[in-house]
Amino acid sequence: MISDLLEDYGLDRGRFSLHWVSSAEPDKFVAAVTETTQRVKALGPIKDMGVTTAMEWLCSCSGCEIAILNIGEALVPIITEALDIVHSPVLMDHKYFGQTGEGVELTIPEAVVGIVTGGVNNTEHEEVLHEMRKKCQVLIALGSCATGGGIPALMNGMNGVETLQQTQETPSTDAGATIPTIEVPTLLGRVYACSEIVKVDMELPGCPPNPALIAEVIVSLLENRAPNLPTKSVCDTCPTRREGKGAVTEVKRFISNAEFDPAQPISDMRCLLEQGYMCMGPVTASGCAVGRGAPSCIAARVPCRGCFGPVQGKGNQMLDMMNALASNGIDYSSVVDRRSLLRFSGAHGNLRPAKTK
Amino acid sequence: MGKVLNLAPVSRIEGHAKIAIHLDDTGNVEDAFMHIQSLRGFEKFIEGRPAEEVPRIVNRICGICPWMHHTASNKAVDGAFGVTPTATGHKLRELLQVMAHINDKILHFFFLAAPDFVLGPDADYSVRNVIGVVKAAPELATKVVQMRQLGQMMIERFAGKAIHPIAAVVGGFSKPLLESERQAMIKDTQTLLDFAEYTLDFAKNNVFNKYLEVIKQLGVIKTGFLGTIDKNDKSFRIFDGDLRLMKADGTFTDFKTEDYLDYLGEHTEPWCFGKMPYAKSWGEGFDMNLDAPKGIYRSNTLARINVCDHISTPKANAALEEFRSVFGRPAQQTLLYHYARLIELIYACERTLELLNWDGITDTNVRAEVTPGAGRGVGVVEAPRGTLIHDYTTDENGCITKANLIVGTTHNIAPMNMSVKQSAIALIKDGKYDQGILNQVEMAVRAYDP
Repeated sequence: MISDLLEDYGLDRGRFSLHWVSSAEPDKFVAAVTETTQRVKALGPIKDMGVTTAMEWLCSCSGCEIAILNIGEALVPIITEALDIVHSPVLMDHKYFGQTGEGVELTIPEAVVGIVTGGVNNTEHEEVLHEMRKKCQVLIALGSCATGGGIPALMNGMNGVETLQQTQETPSTDAGATIPTIEVPTLLGRVYACSEIVKVDMELPGCPPNPALIAEVIVSLLENRAPNLPTKSVCDTCPTRREGKGAVTEVKRFISNAEFDPAQPISDMRCLLEQGYMCMGPVTASGCAVGRGAPSCIAARVPCRGCFGPVQGKGNQMLDMMNALASNGIDYSSVVDRRSLLRFSGAHGNLRPAKTK
Repeated sequence: MGKVLNLAPVSRIEGHAKIAIHLDDTGNVEDAFMHIQSLRGFEKFIEGRPAEEVPRIVNRICGICPWMHHTASNKAVDGAFGVTPTATGHKLRELLQVMAHINDKILHFFFLAAPDFVLGPDADYSVRNVIGVVKAAPELATKVVQMRQLGQMMIERFAGKAIHPIAAVVGGFSKPLLESERQAMIKDTQTLLDFAEYTLDFAKNNVFNKYLEVIKQLGVIKTGFLGTIDKNDKSFRIFDGDLRLMKADGTFTDFKTEDYLDYLGEHTEPWCFGKMPYAKSWGEGFDMNLDAPKGIYRSNTLARINVCDHISTPKANAALEEFRSVFGRPAQQTLLYHYARLIELIYACERTLELLNWDGITDTNVRAEVTPGAGRGVGVVEAPRGTLIHDYTTDENGCITKANLIVGTTHNIAPMNMSVKQSAIALIKDGKYDQGILNQVEMAVRAYDP
């Protein structure tokens, strides 16, 4: 009966067996245990018990996927046991149009969890994102491209397809080239965050996102609870020494190194903004410092450029930074190329072609 | 009527591509293409940016080789601003870039390529992946994950970010290396070198010998090669040197990186977002004809192994000599990219140790004085996927006015198209194909690690 019930729950009946062994029959006992152990081992870990997961990448660089790998050894049980990955172009060979490519409709299998990296800049990205939304119960936008457009959304400050055409006219390119149109997706001319196209259930920014936080998001889903994610700014997690408003009236470019004693910890170094460098810590979401002791760029003694996007996913990093500078008596015009302060959050209409003077 | 097999997405690669195989009425291959599906416009949207910011923007071209974009870009900015980095700054850049090569090669061989060989090219797709490898060889897989993590953390602890780095800067590096950090890195790199040697042995026994017949046939085409060599002794280099363009017959021309426009051109096709670099200096134009290709050369591991006279580090050089004694020079078999990749893994570990043992590596003079200004600079390094060229022009304020990039993978787009076609024609006969056969067509692409 137990074997029948096992099958009702999708498990092999061979995982259970009953033997009658008298206490005077040690050999029989050993044989029964050995046989059962070997049989269960041969069946392997119980399949399909993991949470079905589909992964996709859109207008992306695969840095987020490398960040997932950087979870390290803890990743092994996650991908082999906790999750049952049913689709992921970087890891496995599931195909959109069937395994022999004869289908006509782009199809991704149903899954409980969907993880999307990258923003949307062409019609294939749109189609894949819609299919992911349709097939996944919980859709996660991973990384700053998926949540805010990321670096490729710098294109939103240019003139769309007209600007892209100029990439076909570089000095090494044969004359007469135009943007390809045959058997390739159509370019949209700008970059959208995932939430501008479909409903997204959870966002985890970062360029790349912090592996510790990716693990937290996955584990929280498995444990059916809300993830514990940081809500403060980079400055709130930065150990550098702050001495209060100083004599800084202009911000300088990062063309000379910061002042610090390399043998001393980060907490011994004066705040880079107070040293006069443009640093976007005040207007940037924290997260990079989790598990590392200091924000990543500050650990390299380099100022922050805002790669986790705006604090709590809201606001405009350029306007907020201008505000922060002005309220500290710093001349906003000393910022060279202020529009690139939106380099990680140019989607959502934040970055647009400038009006020419 | 014929039909088209759309293999999309090409999987276990690091970018966005699809393969379309066109069959005629009899079910034989009429033509086959690999379409590159992504265009982002980096060359244009870095215009107007202060050049010193660009090395921390263009690394987003590739999350797998961000260090190579970071160092090539910094070199180009040095050139545009007319700055020579300090000796230690220069070597720290090389150290970090070479370290990044270590992780990349472990990643590609075990996570992306190995499933085809460990589980077999015809295994069902649901198990023919890294998860299948973990289940088939749990001890080895755990070791691989540990080694890759060791390499990544070695970079992150010192340079703040392993992915999308910021620590190389115009004029040199943002911080010096402490003696204690150097000692820890030497210890970790020694562990990685041992693992690299183990990996090459493992691959020789379990992959290259076992699949020798497949290696001799799958995706094999005849092309030239491009790679970087030492300016003086013409040995293998991945961080700096001259470029060497070799023809299929083994004859070659060496040239300065800043003269690349005289030797290389980029062909375009209306069905592929990626451009197709070719050897303009051969004066024969561009043609992907399998029997008589014109202007076609390849880059990436096999190319570098083919163009160098020797390798300057002993263990990698011994592996190179063994490789050449079996396969000759230049070797044309596409699957040998995997073999060449593991020789490079050994070099990367040995070179990391050399750099760490250089006396000046812990010097605190890591960054030269920098004044932004007008100029032009060409920065070239060898990325895992091929020769990487960043060429910037700046205005008097030190902001970018013009940029030209030739990215590693693109050199191999035309050769990959040829390998796809070659393997499809050889494997698909009279309408007979299955998922295992079609996966072998993809294996011809995967070898190039696009």
